[in-house]
Formats: sequence, structure tokens, C-alpha cells
Amino acid sequence: MSLFTKEMPCQELVELVTAYFDGSLSRRDRRRFRAHISGCDACTAYVEQMRLMIEATGRLTEQDIPAEAREELLAAFRGWQEGRAG
Amino acid sequence: MTEDHELVQRLREGDEAAFAELIDRYGATMLRVAQMYVRDRATAEEVVQETWLAVLNGIDRFEERSSLKTWLFRILTNRAKTRGERDGRMVPFSSLAGANPDADEPSVDPDRFFGPDSPHPGAWAAPPVGWPQDKLLERETLGVIEMAIDELPEAQREVILLRDVDGWEPMEVSYVLGITDGNQRVLLHRARSKVRAALEEYLNPEVGA
Repeated sequence: MSLFTKEMPCQELVELVTAYFDGSLSRRDRRRFRAHISGCDACTAYVEQMRLMIEATGRLTEQDIPAEAREELLAAFRGWQEGRAG
Repeated sequence: MTEDHELVQRLREGDEAAFAELIDRYGATMLRVAQMYVRDRATAEEVVQETWLAVLNGIDRFEERSSLKTWLFRILTNRAKTRGERDGRMVPFSSLAGANPDADEPSVDPDRFFGPDSPHPGAWAAPPVGWPQDKLLERETLGVIEMAIDELPEAQREVILLRDVDGWEPMEVSYVLGITDGNQRVLLHRARSKVRAALEEYLNPEVGA
């Protein structure tokens, strides 16, 4: 696939994408990672897919807390407040 | 969004609106996290309520050396764990001590790479292709992501929700869940790899299948 395939095979690279994004690869592995994607279209596409997927996942939203549970918590808050004042 | 620090001040003054804002911000996530450790929904709700009371009773002594969020969730997981153990529930993170990034859960189906006897072992045989960016934001695509996340094993699901949906930092996740930084990354990576695979199956059914 590229000159660098021997250095870091594609199959190894796909295991390191999250560590790469988090900045937790060793300097040596980060160098190997970058050298590999600079010469490999398939892995560039793979890393881009991961980026797009993470970005899209960030658009999902948490569900709201159920109204009843919310009311109970607010009631507990008032109880705490009264206990504190009294 | 109001800063945690300001909300802490307002809570100390007994401001209910500040409390409501915190519930809306963290309540649903707290319920979900609690539910991983305890037997049922009702117990999780009890643990969440106990946690808030502990937070309110401790708010005057809270020195803000950690963020309100991590303090709150750390109290929550500690309580939920204690409660779950009492009820004999297995904690999804308890078997993680030896989680090994290479252990028999490859990120991509090994059949998509050339084997050891080929001239390019480990290179793509069925390479991924580019994704149209606008397609990624379609309602239906987001539905595929949501479904893939729902199907993940519990610990992986929790970590991807905290990291990628709620936008938590790696350190916040490992601290709150009581796992190592390495373990949270392995769980996140496995989760992301599976979600990516599900998306690929949806967007490029011709690849790899």
C-alpha cells in the first residue's frame, strides 16, 4: 500500500485511532501513525470516518430526566432548604 | 451555560433555580450511570436522590478542588456501587483490570486485511471509502448511530455516551467510573469501532460485506 506499510500495517493503525485522537500515543507511535496515513489513502479514509462518526455522535442529545423524578428532586431540595433555615 | 462555580455559590444561597439547572444538566446522565450499578430503575432513582442530598449537605464544605460535576458523579458512583454490592449486583467494570487492547476484539473484521502470506500482510484488502459529510447529519444516520450505541455492552456504551455524547474529558470518565485511563480508552475505542462499522454497513453496504 505504501512505503510505510512495513512500519505500521493498516491493521495495527486501526487499533490506535482513539489513542491518536486523545494524544496518548508514544512519540514514536505518533510518528509512525502520521507517516502511515500520509502515504495511505485507505487509512486516511478510515481516520476520517472515525472523525465524522464522533462528530455526528456529538449531535445526539441526552434524554431529559423524567418529569416525576425531577419534581421529587425539587421537593427534596425544598425539604433541605427548610431544614437548613430551621 | 452557567459555570459550575456560579451554581455552587447559588446553591449555597439556597437558590432553587440553580438546583433545577443542575438537575436538568446532569440528572438524566446520573440516572443512567446509577442504573449500571444497581438492580433496577427505582433503586437508581433513590441513589440519585441520596446523592443530591449528600451534595446539598456538603456544599458548604465543598472546596472546589475538583469540578462540581466530577464531585457529584464520584459521590453517585460510590453510593451506587455500595448499593449494588449490597444487592449482589455485578458491576460492569469489575472485570476490567486486565482489559487488553489487543485481546480478541479487533476494531475491523480481520478478513478485510491481507493475510500473513500475502506480499502486504496487514494492508487493506477491502479498504474503507470516503463518506459524504452531509449524509452523516441526516436524521436517519443519527438513528443508526443511536441504535449501534444501544447494542453495545454496558461498559462500552457508558464510556462512549460520556465521552462522545456528553463530551467528558478522558480523565473525568476514568475518575468517575473508577477505572484506569487505559481501560476507559480501550472501552471507548471498542465502542467507536463498532459504531463506525455499523455506519459503514449503512452508508457503504457494498464494502466488506
